[in-house]
Amino acid sequence: MTPPAGITRVTLLKDLRLEWRSKDAINSMLFFSLLVVVVFSFSFDPSAEESRQIAGGLIWVAFLFAAVVALNQTWAREIRNQVLDAYRISPAPANSLFMAKTLGNFIFVTVLEALMTPLFIAFYRLRALGPVWQLLLVAVLGTWALVVNGTFFAAMSLRTRSREIMLPLLLFPISIPAILAMVQATTAILNGEGARFWIVLLATYDLVFTTVCLLLFETVLNAE
Amino acid sequence: MRGNPYLFAAYAATWIIHIVYLGTIVSRYSRLKREIEDLKKPGVRS
Amino acid sequence: MKRAFPILGVLTAILLSYALYEALIGAPTEQTMGDVQRIFYYHVPSAWTAFILFFINFIASIQYLVRSNPQTDRFASYAAVIVGLVLFVVPFFVTLPEGMRPSSVATTGVLITGLYFLIRRLFSHPDTDVLAITSAEVGVVFSLVNLVTGPIWARPVWGIWWTWDWRLTSTLVMWLIYVSYLMLRRFSSSGETPLLAAALAVLGALCVPFVYFSIWFFRTQHPQPVMGGGGSIDPRMWHALLINWLAFSCFAFLVCWSRYRLERLQRDVDEAHAMESLSDPRESVR
Repeated sequence: MTPPAGITRVTLLKDLRLEWRSKDAINSMLFFSLLVVVVFSFSFDPSAEESRQIAGGLIWVAFLFAAVVALNQTWAREIRNQVLDAYRISPAPANSLFMAKTLGNFIFVTVLEALMTPLFIAFYRLRALGPVWQLLLVAVLGTWALVVNGTFFAAMSLRTRSREIMLPLLLFPISIPAILAMVQATTAILNGEGARFWIVLLATYDLVFTTVCLLLFETVLNAE
Repeated sequence: MRGNPYLFAAYAATWIIHIVYLGTIVSRYSRLKREIEDLKKPGVRS
Repeated sequence: MKRAFPILGVLTAILLSYALYEALIGAPTEQTMGDVQRIFYYHVPSAWTAFILFFINFIASIQYLVRSNPQTDRFASYAAVIVGLVLFVVPFFVTLPEGMRPSSVATTGVLITGLYFLIRRLFSHPDTDVLAITSAEVGVVFSLVNLVTGPIWARPVWGIWWTWDWRLTSTLVMWLIYVSYLMLRRFSSSGETPLLAAALAVLGALCVPFVYFSIWFFRTQHPQPVMGGGGSIDPRMWHALLINWLAFSCFAFLVCWSRYRLERLQRDVDEAHAMESLSDPRESVR
């Protein structure tokens, strides 16, 4: 029998390949990211010093919206082709599917963030006073926090009425400690202050919630 | 004595919230009771 | 069983009236804030009650998830015992953060384990789901009272409606988490709702410590007025507070009981509808 990690890899590669071929979501996401940055630039027009104070919050709110749009289509392909029923019957562990979807979303959202960040830096004339590698660490941990819960709640929302609104309704409250940590860490690093507490909190949050989501995903997948 | 209107407002708000909630429970309960009586009667169709 | 309800209702009403008297007249007037401080006697017990109810929701949700399988059931029971033991023993060997007494942590441990097994004994597996929605809903109501009385207290004392005090902010986030739980229950199609809701409840409950801890640290960095104040409390005030907590706990118990009966009745009606449509001669395919 294929090991779980193998199943994850295969599923992930399949998703990436499908995405690359159709470029459906990618194109709309690209344009969406640009729009978000431009709209935010019109809403907030601070000086360079001020922007360092608020950029952390702005950037993460923009990333959060992009993530929700990306997460909403996580399971769309599976539903269209009744893949989930096939997955339930197969002996493959539910966790592998979850990890594959989460990793796929993670890659997806990271690409969006990578596209939006230079735009933000340019529009807000941002310059980090603290170490940039820490910013990257916060980006990775923060994105993972949003994506792991988001993928889980996207699966939960599948059979609810108003599926698209259900995802942010469930995701936002539970993500608040992580969002607070991401924003505070980013702001601190941009201003050359210490962010160790927030980074540790974010890492702990990621660990706890990844574990629990993995434990509970089978239940969610089989709920019918 | 200055804070009295706020004190009254806080206590009033507390009881209004509780009473409204209890009210919804009571009304739903009586409606359901009626419905289950209807269901038990043979041949009664909506 | 049913006759107990009106008797308890009357007793609770008496207790609430006595508690009200203690809050408004029995307790001494606070020096700096004056009579407005008396909101405290309603504000704080609501918070404590909501917390306990949300914790009951957590236990009920876990039990709904684990009790379908004897292995996970046993594992969870062991975990409950271990948590209680750890909380009972560890405080006496470790330095605790200020304000925590080892005896209170130890008692909490015993109560947690006791509550887990009490719920396990009193509620069958399907009924734990009824308990879950009951405790979440009533918890949201008590938490709402907490969130409404907070600003009413803050306004005359600090001149602003919302202080972003860390406790009030954390309570708001916790309230949002449980409202989203209620939303899921409302919007989900009834087949798999209990399982999904239980999973969400576990995630939400695990999030609560993160919420409090992160916002507490955030507020130590960016201080705002702190409600309720620390420091020692006059014993007569403490007495009024405890009496109100006892009274509201009894009240919460009765509200939960009513909501529980309502939910059971709702499920009976749904089942009756389902049975009816199954046996409806017009629906049979012959």
